[in-house]
Amino acid sequence: MTEAILATHNITKRFGAVTASDGVTMDLRPGEIHAVIGPNGAGKSTLIAQICGGLKPDAGQVEFLGQDVSTLTTRKRARMGLARTFQISALAMENTVLENAVLGALGARGGTLGLIRPVLRDKTLRDMALHALERAGLADHAKTRTSELSHGQRRQLEVAVALTLQPKAFVMDEPMAGMGSEGSARLTGFLDELRAEAPILLVEHDMDAVFALADRLSVLVYGKIIATGTVAEIRANPDVRIAYLGEDA
Amino acid sequence: MSRETILNAVIFGGLLAVPLWACIVDEPFTITLATKVAILALAGVGLNIALGLGGLVSLGHAAFFGLGGYAMGILASHAQSYTPLMESPLLIEGTKSMPIIWLMALITSALAALAIGALSLRTSGVYFIMITLAFGQMFYYLSISWPAYGGEDGLSIYVRNGFPGLNTLDPIQFFAICFALLALALWLNARLIRSPFGLALGAARQSPQRVETVGLSPFRLRLAAFVISGAITGLAGALFADLNRFVSPTMFSWQTSGEIMIFVILGGVGRLYGPVAGAALFITLEHVLGGLSEFWHIYLGLLLLLVVLFARGGLIGLIAGREVHHD
Repeated sequence: MTEAILATHNITKRFGAVTASDGVTMDLRPGEIHAVIGPNGAGKSTLIAQICGGLKPDAGQVEFLGQDVSTLTTRKRARMGLARTFQISALAMENTVLENAVLGALGARGGTLGLIRPVLRDKTLRDMALHALERAGLADHAKTRTSELSHGQRRQLEVAVALTLQPKAFVMDEPMAGMGSEGSARLTGFLDELRAEAPILLVEHDMDAVFALADRLSVLVYGKIIATGTVAEIRANPDVRIAYLGEDA
Repeated sequence: MSRETILNAVIFGGLLAVPLWACIVDEPFTITLATKVAILALAGVGLNIALGLGGLVSLGHAAFFGLGGYAMGILASHAQSYTPLMESPLLIEGTKSMPIIWLMALITSALAALAIGALSLRTSGVYFIMITLAFGQMFYYLSISWPAYGGEDGLSIYVRNGFPGLNTLDPIQFFAICFALLALALWLNARLIRSPFGLALGAARQSPQRVETVGLSPFRLRLAAFVISGAITGLAGALFADLNRFVSPTMFSWQTSGEIMIFVILGGVGRLYGPVAGAALFITLEHVLGGLSEFWHIYLGLLLLLVVLFARGGLIGLIAGREVHHD
């Protein structure tokens, strides 16, 4: 087994009587897309928040690049190379598409932020941003105000901003959510290429996308992972059939 | 050139032309009014960096305005009574030199903004408004209860402070100083908006999570903005005290914080020339309506209500339309 890039060891999170994560152990290996599926309320968002740093687990560890990052802030994990995309687009809507991508490049470069020189005149940042936009298929919209983008284009921009960080791993929270079938297919193709660059932890409802992309699948039900395996293994797993895919799947 | 750029040029030129005309026809009072506009606009430019760019609704900017004022008052009162501020461990004497006073006003208000910001930026929304208000009131009561510097009566400075090579007692020359500082602050603000810092700060206002996930700290961005904002408002306070040759606790009062905010809202929150347009409108109304009725604030309130309800971009937004983004 190759060394995992990102792993959780037995993480548990409780909110009052509800156990949102119940001893979750999983890992993300180089070059793979590992999809997490589960019914609504299974604890997918809580799991992502703990991996990315928004929530601290009550017990267990999150490991990234061989280091225990459980107590690090979102910001520090991002600086280590953990790129996240949001389920509900979290973009600067009043800014242009290019500015959003430049923000990512700015974060990736680190150091102090200048106060005087216009950020868009910085050729290095601009090139990084444009390159990411081009790869995500948004090069023509660089000067568009983000609030004027379609829903699908915003999802593309989410991925483009993550790309500017030149990350070691992606965590994507339902990147296909609310996309039309065409847009969804295009993004599927793009994520397929992306896995060679950095592995992707993919939380997704779109089953076509999941089955087309995932090297491995984990099924989360009531905060517990009930099965992990290849698409074929998961399809054949009787517990998963009962809990999630339905008898006739 | 966008409509906003043209409008900004008109406002800038207007604020320069009115006192020049007043100087020619010998109307010193009009020059004083224009000077007041320039100074209050400067205070508003300071607040606009926190409020417009950073989205930080501070109801405590009177603290910085007052600190700037008292920095001037304390230094100048020691100079005019020939008593040092401090003798040991090192001798610090008062001064009547504007540049030194400005530097002290900037440093004091920046340090105060750092301390107030570090505590209050841990909250947001209504709590942030209330905490900044509370800090402002702390300074207000401190100034009232400190008899060494006039207490409730404030401090009178007999002669306006000096600037090398200029006669500051000449209204138009003092106006020129205030206008130059306002222009400098506007230039800085314009650069700031397009700088890496400005982009990140604006993004932190719209989506803090986004800023965190690219590895930047919204808290630090806001704190830096709050410090820059407080320092500029503090500088305006020093000039305001010099204009009146008088400092009093009123500068620290929450009404002052409210007025600075009114300039920004009237003119247009987040618009570069918003505070200038707002301060000019405010002073004009105060002068014109104040002459008609003692209760002119009723009309101001009505106008503010209309702006908030129907013209979210303030005066600038009403005339120039929605903000255009430049490449």
